[in-house]
Amino acid sequence: MLRYALRRLAATIPVMGVVALFVFSLLYLSPGDPAAVIAGDIATEEDIARIRASLGLDQPYFVRFGTWLWALLQGDLGTSIFTGLPVSTLIGQRVEPTLALTLCTLIVAIALAVPLGVLAAARAGGWIDRGVMAVAVLGFSVPVFVLAYALVLLFAVQLEWLPVQGYSSITKGFGPFISHMILPSVALGITYMALIARITRASMLDVLAQDYVRTAHAKGLAPGAVLTGHALKNAAIPIVTIIGIGIALLIGGVVVTETVFAIPGIGRLTVDAILRRDYPIIQGVTLLFSAIYVLVNLLVDLSYSLFDPRIRY
Amino acid sequence: MDSPAIAAPAADSPAAAGTLWRQLGGTLRRHPTAIAGGVVLLLMVLVAIFAPWLGTTDPLSVAPVRRLRPPSAQHWFGTDMLGRDVYSRVMYGARVSVTVGLAVALVGTVTGLAIGLVTGFVRWLDAIVMRVMDGLMSIPSVLLAIALISLTKASLGNVIFAIAIAEVPRVVRLVRSLVLTLREQPYVEAAIASGTRLPRILVRHILPNTMAPVLVQATYICASAMITEAILSFIGAGTPPDIPSWGNIMAESRSLIQIAGTLLLFPGIFLSLTVLSVNLLGDGMRDALDPRLARRL
Repeated sequence: MLRYALRRLAATIPVMGVVALFVFSLLYLSPGDPAAVIAGDIATEEDIARIRASLGLDQPYFVRFGTWLWALLQGDLGTSIFTGLPVSTLIGQRVEPTLALTLCTLIVAIALAVPLGVLAAARAGGWIDRGVMAVAVLGFSVPVFVLAYALVLLFAVQLEWLPVQGYSSITKGFGPFISHMILPSVALGITYMALIARITRASMLDVLAQDYVRTAHAKGLAPGAVLTGHALKNAAIPIVTIIGIGIALLIGGVVVTETVFAIPGIGRLTVDAILRRDYPIIQGVTLLFSAIYVLVNLLVDLSYSLFDPRIRY
Repeated sequence: MDSPAIAAPAADSPAAAGTLWRQLGGTLRRHPTAIAGGVVLLLMVLVAIFAPWLGTTDPLSVAPVRRLRPPSAQHWFGTDMLGRDVYSRVMYGARVSVTVGLAVALVGTVTGLAIGLVTGFVRWLDAIVMRVMDGLMSIPSVLLAIALISLTKASLGNVIFAIAIAEVPRVVRLVRSLVLTLREQPYVEAAIASGTRLPRILVRHILPNTMAPVLVQATYICASAMITEAILSFIGAGTPPDIPSWGNIMAESRSLIQIAGTLLLFPGIFLSLTVLSVNLLGDGMRDALDPRLARRL
């Protein structure tokens, strides 16, 4: 198992290498001359050239990539053009709201999607099934910010049950934290939920057609126990796989959701960086989120043996 | 994804394309939702083409005297904070979504097809190209598009290009997996044995048999491109403000949600409806062309 885990970890190196090369190329191609910015308005050509040399900007592409990668491996994501602060510090300041939003969304989406998918499969063709499938198609079609504003208009502006926007840290009390989290995590979670529910249903339909499910029913096991104990466990692998792949969707959604609800997280940092053309931040965030995506999917891969003991490494 | 149901009838005959469309037409007729999706999509395309003749006024003309009017007979969807007619802006906005959706679907699938066909057949290229594709796929598509657009000026062409790059790896994956099964088919072996050159094998024998799944994939790419464009425009990294798009109309009205919610509602409804129609059409096509998948999903 450990050997397999290490081998899989090693297999992510080329993938992350491509990501790093891509992100570095963006930085390399980004317009504007950092040396000229640092030198200021009254600098001469020689001053700029000297600064460029001291920053290593006059080096060839692959030498600069090497330097950049070496710094990156030591945790240096570069320096923000606008604020002059290290990108890693800026991201660090914004981690909490984004983490809170993502975790709430994951909980909402998975807690709704899996039972709905199981029910839909158990009553295939029935009204629950049709309802779940209809919600799934809608969930794929309504963009996250459109749904977010529809929810805000109804629950915050019309009914005034929940705050329109903002974020309240969990350290300032659980009540305000949850009331600020409900709308963003529901809006962000619907597409993800639709995806998981659809795969859960499909995977369950496959498993429910198996002989051992019929045997379990025949020996008089309660239908609920057959569904959760026998069927769901065997249907789990496609479900955890889609949960992993769907993280990419969730990350894109985080950027938008934080904008709609004015949540001061990494997504908001990214949007502000776009408006200010602060390339190092955009690249740092891209790199970070891609790494998270790759790692989550690695964990998903490794979790397969939990669900199916026949899978040994 | 191996799909014997598709590969069999399409085999290597001049009628392959005809079979595809006949199969599609036959099953679509039994899917009222897919028909509805097709009709709505067609309507949106017509709206996009004929926007200037649909009772619209100049979507950019500013009139501070009539700011933030509620919907009325004169301004069906009301006016925005600069006094621009929201109905006109929403109608013209259809142009952006339809153009981006169709263009990305076309560019993305054609590029993906080309790369996928070649990598599926040329072993030494396969390893390199697939690593690059894996890398690109592990960058969430919205972030990939943001990173690309931040380098250049925001323009419709750049938006299409950036979204298409994010979609290409998915098509490559699909096409490559199809090619890997197709190249083991007896008729491909026969073609190789009779000395047919590689480009001709790819175009005559492999390409027609990848069309059905790729067509379905293209529909889903169209839907997801429309959403990504709206997201990019919404966060200010997409369509420039002087071209009304459903995403940037919503972005401009963002701060007014408490006093003029309808400004956000109308573009949002149009956007969702259009994406829904494309998705329904895609689901219908998937059911028509791949019965094996249809049963499962």
